[in-house]
Amino acid sequence: MSNTTGPDQIFRTALAKNDIVLPRCDDCGAFHFFPRVLCPHCHGTAISWKPASRKGKVHTTTVVRQKPERGGDYNVCMVELEEGVRMMSRVDGIAPGEVVIGMDVTAFVGEADGAPAVFFKPAEA
Amino acid sequence: MTDQLRGKSAIVGTGHAGFGEAHGLTAYDVMAQSALAALGDAGLKLSDVDGLFCTMMEDSMPALMAAEYLGIQPRFIDGTMSGGSSFVNYLTSATMALDAGLCDVALIVYGSNQRTGSGKLVTASRPPAYEAPYNPRYPISAYAMAAARHMHEYGTTREQLADVAVSARAWARHNPEAFERGPLTREDVLGARMVGDPLTVRDCCLVTDGGGAVVMVRADRARDFPKPPVYVLGSAAESSHRQISQMKDFTVTAARASGQRAFAAAGVSPGDIQAVELYDAFTINTILFLEDLGFCAKGEGGAFVEGGRIAPEGVLPVNTNGGGLSCVHPGMYGIFTVIEAARQIRGDAPGIQLNDVDLALAHGNGGVLSSQVTAILGSQNTL
Repeated sequence: MSNTTGPDQIFRTALAKNDIVLPRCDDCGAFHFFPRVLCPHCHGTAISWKPASRKGKVHTTTVVRQKPERGGDYNVCMVELEEGVRMMSRVDGIAPGEVVIGMDVTAFVGEADGAPAVFFKPAEA
Repeated sequence: MTDQLRGKSAIVGTGHAGFGEAHGLTAYDVMAQSALAALGDAGLKLSDVDGLFCTMMEDSMPALMAAEYLGIQPRFIDGTMSGGSSFVNYLTSATMALDAGLCDVALIVYGSNQRTGSGKLVTASRPPAYEAPYNPRYPISAYAMAAARHMHEYGTTREQLADVAVSARAWARHNPEAFERGPLTREDVLGARMVGDPLTVRDCCLVTDGGGAVVMVRADRARDFPKPPVYVLGSAAESSHRQISQMKDFTVTAARASGQRAFAAAGVSPGDIQAVELYDAFTINTILFLEDLGFCAKGEGGAFVEGGRIAPEGVLPVNTNGGGLSCVHPGMYGIFTVIEAARQIRGDAPGIQLNDVDLALAHGNGGVLSSQVTAILGSQNTL
């Protein structure tokens, strides 16, 4: 039964332990995200999991404007990790409008709707 | 579509219904009224329709729901759902089905009551699992991030984005069918409520009710109808992703590929096109598609649209009905790019009618810059 866990479950099980792991293709060596049963670059099916560098740069960003009584404005962005994959996320710890393209950020495991999820904070200089 | 299908089918009827607010009507009511309008335009009846090309924002089997509502039993249906581009995409499948004899009268149809029904985008889509935790506002956050990246890479400005909306309004002001016809300045757009930086509410398409339909037949009988036929000279699609987080380059869309193939099939180039109808869900769309379809170089879209260059009396007529930004946008706009392109060629555009249009382009966008479909339509003179 140990081999029946799918890629989505592997990613989420790791997150629950505060680990961020990324799928990497054994054939072409490229990382991909989101997790899946094949490599979207070369279509190989031998996938290994590697601990993420957690280092990334903001690729693009927006502020979702929302009334204060509904929770206020928040950031939504795309972060490109050193591994070459991008993920949607949010940069915490600064005002949503201060998140800028090219900014160095560091990943951490936070919580969204009661489930662990990857968030970012500005990298320490 | 390859050039084997060039000119093999023609639009012989167009119609629409429920523009703006369709009080008391369901989405399927608006769909059916649109179908009747297009068939009436063609001098045909619902009982003549044997090919149905339809999707809706609600339900998982909307083409079947539509056929049932209309009281028809089509022998060919296509309900491919690629978002707002679906209805441009159906030009290809309808042409193929007509050419192969799988149907004789193809009806492409859509309807929505999203404005009076719910006041917001109706969607059966579920948030993607790897995006949902961050609550992007669908679909504006995706387009806002594309706009931000375009501004970062090419120096495109919020003023240039605003000018897209101002130009669309300038066309709409002449169109009695358009929902928003009041004056709109660059300052109005820039000063409007920010929704998703860098886009204000005036950088966003309307939320209206409305439906549209076109009727197509094989070219060999296209001249037997009341209105001048509009031929499908080329149509091509390319799909690059579904979730915005999977878009490889936020400044380049699959319209580059769909456009190249549509132009090749039609045997024409961007410089030949007299009316350009683009799916402008947001102001950044118009800039991206003008670049990707070859009307200007990548990165030059901002300058291309600046200061009324795509407005009436400008250098290129773009979204001559007012577009999704000012004319109508009932959840999915694609069918209206086809209708306006066809009417410009027929000579019965509802707003500004351009002179002697033989070639027009309709471009559909679906999802979050995900599905791109380009069609080149032409008059009898272009065959």
